[in-house]
Amino acid sequence: MSSIGTGYDLAASTFSPDGRIFQVEYAQKAVDSSGTVIALRSKHGVVTAVEKSVSSPLYEANANPRVEKVNEYIGCTSAGIYSDCCALLDYADGEALKYLKENREPISVKKLAESLAEFVHIFTLGIHRPWGGSLFFSSWDKTKGSKIYLVEPSGLCYEYEAWAVGKHRQAAKTEIEKLKAHDLEPAKRLENLELNQLINEAARILVTVRDESKEKNLCIEMSWVGDVTDGKFEPVPTSLVKEAEVLAQKMLEEEDAED
Amino acid sequence: MDEVLTGTTLIACEYDGGVVVGTDSRTSGGSFIASRVTDKITPVTEHMSILRSGSAADTQAITDIAKYYIETYTVMEGEPVSIYRACNIMRKFLFNYRDQLSASIIVTGYDEKLKGQIYAIPLGGYSTRQHFTASGSGSTFVNGYLDSQWKPDMTFEQVKQLVLSAVYLATFRDGSSGGVIRLAIIDKDGTRRELYRPDANFPQIVADPPAYSPLPPHLKGQAN
Repeated sequence: MSSIGTGYDLAASTFSPDGRIFQVEYAQKAVDSSGTVIALRSKHGVVTAVEKSVSSPLYEANANPRVEKVNEYIGCTSAGIYSDCCALLDYADGEALKYLKENREPISVKKLAESLAEFVHIFTLGIHRPWGGSLFFSSWDKTKGSKIYLVEPSGLCYEYEAWAVGKHRQAAKTEIEKLKAHDLEPAKRLENLELNQLINEAARILVTVRDESKEKNLCIEMSWVGDVTDGKFEPVPTSLVKEAEVLAQKMLEEEDAED
Repeated sequence: MDEVLTGTTLIACEYDGGVVVGTDSRTSGGSFIASRVTDKITPVTEHMSILRSGSAADTQAITDIAKYYIETYTVMEGEPVSIYRACNIMRKFLFNYRDQLSASIIVTGYDEKLKGQIYAIPLGGYSTRQHFTASGSGSTFVNGYLDSQWKPDMTFEQVKQLVLSAVYLATFRDGSSGGVIRLAIIDKDGTRRELYRPDANFPQIVADPPAYSPLPPHLKGQAN
């Protein structure tokens, strides 16, 4: 997977002989090496979680949040170069406002994600460097249910039932797939979990996949949107996140003890 | 605003499951009836029609433009445009060009989200959703009739009779409205059209009184 494209990787306006645009792939690598972000959806709502490393104790609590709402019903969880993510979020905010002014009703998460994807894609054509950020857009409403969309540096936009990006995405996806196992009892399956259970699962997954030896001062930031929040996108209160993290740590220690 | 709405009667009414709309069919230029069989119900999609009153040229042009936008959005987004959004598209044009246009329209249709909907957009470009509405020069004669006859939770048959009789009564009194009565019923299955002709199935609701002799009473017998 790792390769360099000497000579063909200087600009996004150049294809390599084997048909790749290296600058876009390098931008994807920026996302791949940032803190893990997971998004989980059930019929009750969507929960996203970000693993952040707090580089200094001088920071205020939750400085540089990775979770922000775009409008009351849609939220964004970002991975990759933080300043790129902020700029993309600004654009998304603008698109949502434009749509609201034009149509007198809030934009749907699908249209928002697709509009941002179109924007991100323009930067893969070689005019500018590509964006080094991936953004999850999540929402829930009574009729349409839960939605997760991911916009990647390449400009691709897909809808997911659950996904992970960042450092430990492979391990995280493996954990998520366990929640969709065929032999799992219905109450424990991903699609049936209540929002509070999703929070605990998200924390558990992040805690399980983290590398304690290499990463210090990790902190989890989460968002939720669903029936419990009445369709409004909110950052999860720190107390709930802490509880979930503590629970997850305990479960991990118990597992270790059993081994 | 002292503009005259040129000859038309447009009536629209919601029922549980869709909307019923009715119009007359007269286009007049002064006292000349340019067309006695006009269709003022312009279909935009299978589930949406726009009723036009005011300048025929203006309303046709705007409706064409709005239809183009609606079709483009439908293709680009892969899903039908809601009636509410279509109303806002019309309203944008009617408001921004209000000084150059003379158009009063009613956007009607059915979509899954809000079921049957009627949005009236009178002169000036203000839009409002209503359970029933009347527009055009003939509407002034039947506003009272509609207000007194409409009740919540009317059945489809009741609503159809209401719209039909309202259009008939308006054309009975308004010189600028007449011809045939066109009905359109929009529900989840699409749009159904009905035609009511004066020589065939016009509603019989006015007991048209015979005229008194124009001669003074002492000369009554000498007419003919």
